[in-house]
Amino acid sequence: MADLTSDFVGIKSPNPFWLASAPPTDKEYNVRRAYEAGWGGVVWKTLGEAGPPVVNVNGPRYGAIWGADRRLLGLNNIELITDRPLEVNLREIKSVKRDYPDRALVVSLMVPCTEDAWKAILPLVEETGADGVELNFGCPHGMSERGMGSAVGQVPEYIEMVTRWVKQHSRMPCIVKLTPNITDIRKPAMAAHAGGADAVSLINTINSITSVDLDLFAPEPTIDGKGAHGGYCGPAVKPIALNMVSEIARAPEMAGLPISGIGGVTTWKDAAEFLALGAGNVQVCTAAMTYGFKVVQEMISGLSQYLDEKEMVLSDLVGRAVPNVSDWQHLNLNYIAKAKIDQEACIKCGRCYAACEDTSHQAIAMSDDRVFSVKDEECVACNLCVNVCPIEGCITMERVAPGATDLRTGKSVPAEPADWTVHPNNPMAVKAAE
Amino acid sequence: MDAKALAPGILPGRMDKASIEAGFGDLHPALDDHEALVAADRCYFCHDAPCATACPTEIDIPLFIRQIATGTPEAAARTILSQNIFGGMCARVCPTETLCEEVCVRETAEGKPVEIGRLQRYATDRLMAQGVHPFERDAPTGKRIAVVGAGPAGLSCAHRLAMMGHDVVLMDARPKPGGLNEYGIAAYKSTEGFAAREVDWLMQIGGIELQGGVALGRDVTLDALRESYDAVFLGIGLGAVNALGVAGDDKDGVTDAVEFIAELRQASDLAALPVGRDVVVIGGGMTAVDAAVQAKLLGALNVTIVYRRSRDRMAASVYEQELAAAKGVRIICSASPVAVHGNGAVREIEFEFTGDDLSPTGERFRLPADQVFRAIGQTLAGEGLPELVGRKIGVDGTGRTSLAGVWAGGDCASGGDDLTVTAVAEGRDAAEDMHASLMG
Repeated sequence: MADLTSDFVGIKSPNPFWLASAPPTDKEYNVRRAYEAGWGGVVWKTLGEAGPPVVNVNGPRYGAIWGADRRLLGLNNIELITDRPLEVNLREIKSVKRDYPDRALVVSLMVPCTEDAWKAILPLVEETGADGVELNFGCPHGMSERGMGSAVGQVPEYIEMVTRWVKQHSRMPCIVKLTPNITDIRKPAMAAHAGGADAVSLINTINSITSVDLDLFAPEPTIDGKGAHGGYCGPAVKPIALNMVSEIARAPEMAGLPISGIGGVTTWKDAAEFLALGAGNVQVCTAAMTYGFKVVQEMISGLSQYLDEKEMVLSDLVGRAVPNVSDWQHLNLNYIAKAKIDQEACIKCGRCYAACEDTSHQAIAMSDDRVFSVKDEECVACNLCVNVCPIEGCITMERVAPGATDLRTGKSVPAEPADWTVHPNNPMAVKAAE
Repeated sequence: MDAKALAPGILPGRMDKASIEAGFGDLHPALDDHEALVAADRCYFCHDAPCATACPTEIDIPLFIRQIATGTPEAAARTILSQNIFGGMCARVCPTETLCEEVCVRETAEGKPVEIGRLQRYATDRLMAQGVHPFERDAPTGKRIAVVGAGPAGLSCAHRLAMMGHDVVLMDARPKPGGLNEYGIAAYKSTEGFAAREVDWLMQIGGIELQGGVALGRDVTLDALRESYDAVFLGIGLGAVNALGVAGDDKDGVTDAVEFIAELRQASDLAALPVGRDVVVIGGGMTAVDAAVQAKLLGALNVTIVYRRSRDRMAASVYEQELAAAKGVRIICSASPVAVHGNGAVREIEFEFTGDDLSPTGERFRLPADQVFRAIGQTLAGEGLPELVGRKIGVDGTGRTSLAGVWAGGDCASGGDDLTVTAVAEGRDAAEDMHASLMG
């Protein structure tokens, strides 16, 4: 078993799997059971300032979308930050941290945008022995209407200002949690970096309406005939999160800024992908909310096996794919591939044919006896057939070797790579010395 | 085991009523809403789907399954019924394991096809339970058409004709309509009076006048029908059962399997239905399996199917053979009957093992039997019919016979497997051709 011990901004945990700040981490009972199940760390559900706690709706808080067999793919919520008194949460945090010193315990915070408010709460958290704080600049629902959460995360100047206060008034590591509800994730990340953040974590949830009740004509979840947008998470958001993580990881201005990856991590593979794109650890919520705390055990065994098979240690994986995240203009246009259908594996459903014939390049032939084959003279290697094929590995993209003829263009495949920057059709192409 | 179970002879009540009724419960229970969604989720929505191609009525199976998956089983039912008005019965009796489900790509992928038959039943049951008939009649055409035989072929033809605005007179020799749906198939495939309910529902289209107890040749002649109607459809099935052609064939206790099944289907109390202790069924088709399994379910102690050719040539599907085996029916292959023994009533039946070409081997054996069912096929009966091809009424691809204005379909007509679903397709296609022919 590979060693999964993680050190994230100086916070140690037996593995890189943390529970994200969310309903599962709202109280001592849950967090103790999560640790017992094997979670390496927990970000305690967001605390607000002292005084009367926030209230939640008393109708449904969650909406969802499902795939086949009602597999939950996306979850949306309109729950606010913790609705339990601050002192109760602080007492419980202290008690749990005392009993689980080897586990990470970070406390998520969201208080109004005044220095006094932050100055007031930080010492209280520090006193619990918690390992760090995470600034919730992400939640897009409810609290944002009161100028907190994503309302702060959408204004880089506020992020920088608040981060600076936190670093000024606390010795704890400070992670800034970012909202994806912006146009360029690098801007808020750079603001956090400039404010002195030890790390960023992302993504928080995405503004969403999961469905509409077609009898009530109201968004779901519906409260007394009305609904409000919520925060979307779960497997469906993973591609968005991966991209945003990679954008920060490869930005030269933020080189070395630790990232905690969040967004749809459900299996060890999802986690490994976040790590490869530059995340130092991952945070999980929806998978636990769907399947219970035990899911972490598959993540631990799977990641260990993978690292063993690759003969890597955890730190080798972090950022390993970042150098390969490129821009379109730098992709090799001389890389030519063709789809290939494994006739042994093919079950003859014809989905590749329908997809290619109706919506792509008419590059798959269908015989009277339902043999499907690729027409190399038409195939542009778009990959749609691979994506719609129900049998994994049945259709593959095979590279046409340099020197061989691309039957579509009739030209020999060049051995040298060439991208858009040097393409003759590009008016901005870098001209060779004349 | 009590005395009643062991008593020789043909006796009722060999098992208690509750056990008998439990045995005759639904062979494939209906899917509930959740099961239907899970089953429907497995469909890949194939292009030019093999299942639809394999269906004799060419139901758009991927479309109807998608309609179930999206919560609109009524629309699914319309998709099914527009191709096959007997979608409900076919969902129950079709040998799906040799049709749509055999070629399902998930059978290829995992050896476990999408449950097309049960999904079809889910959709059609749902629509029928609402008591609505999904089709409306076109404007009256003024044409009158006689449909002879109210089985699947005749009813399918009559429905399609009525839908296109023709007036149909539907006659059948039996008192009730439905043909083999009502009198022929195993009771556990059509429970709770489904066959009769389905016909009632089908007739809601209107424009069909049913005349029960009217037999061609006895009560009406084909010539007279041709005189009085604009067109005639013959869906008269196969009336006569082939004889064994061996000594003792006429002994008491030797009867036709179809008669036994018909009696069973019409029985109001199965526990009152007599059955032998040692039952032998001769034949290798669906009728043989239906008779054998039902005899077993009535409490027969030993039930044996004896088929003259090898196992792989049995007309009953592998699924049906396995069903018989699971119910405790023994299947002996490559043996032909040579004599029925007994003093007045059958006591034993003697067979000889035969080679693949039915050549006798000289090896003989006897089976104790107090009841023997003939299930060795049926033959077309009647005079003054259109020209025969082989032993059936010769038809072309759209059901036209040698006589102008006379179409035929179902078991009585040449071509096609003798399946309910084939009969439905033939009746439907003949109706379309009759319409085109009459309306020019």
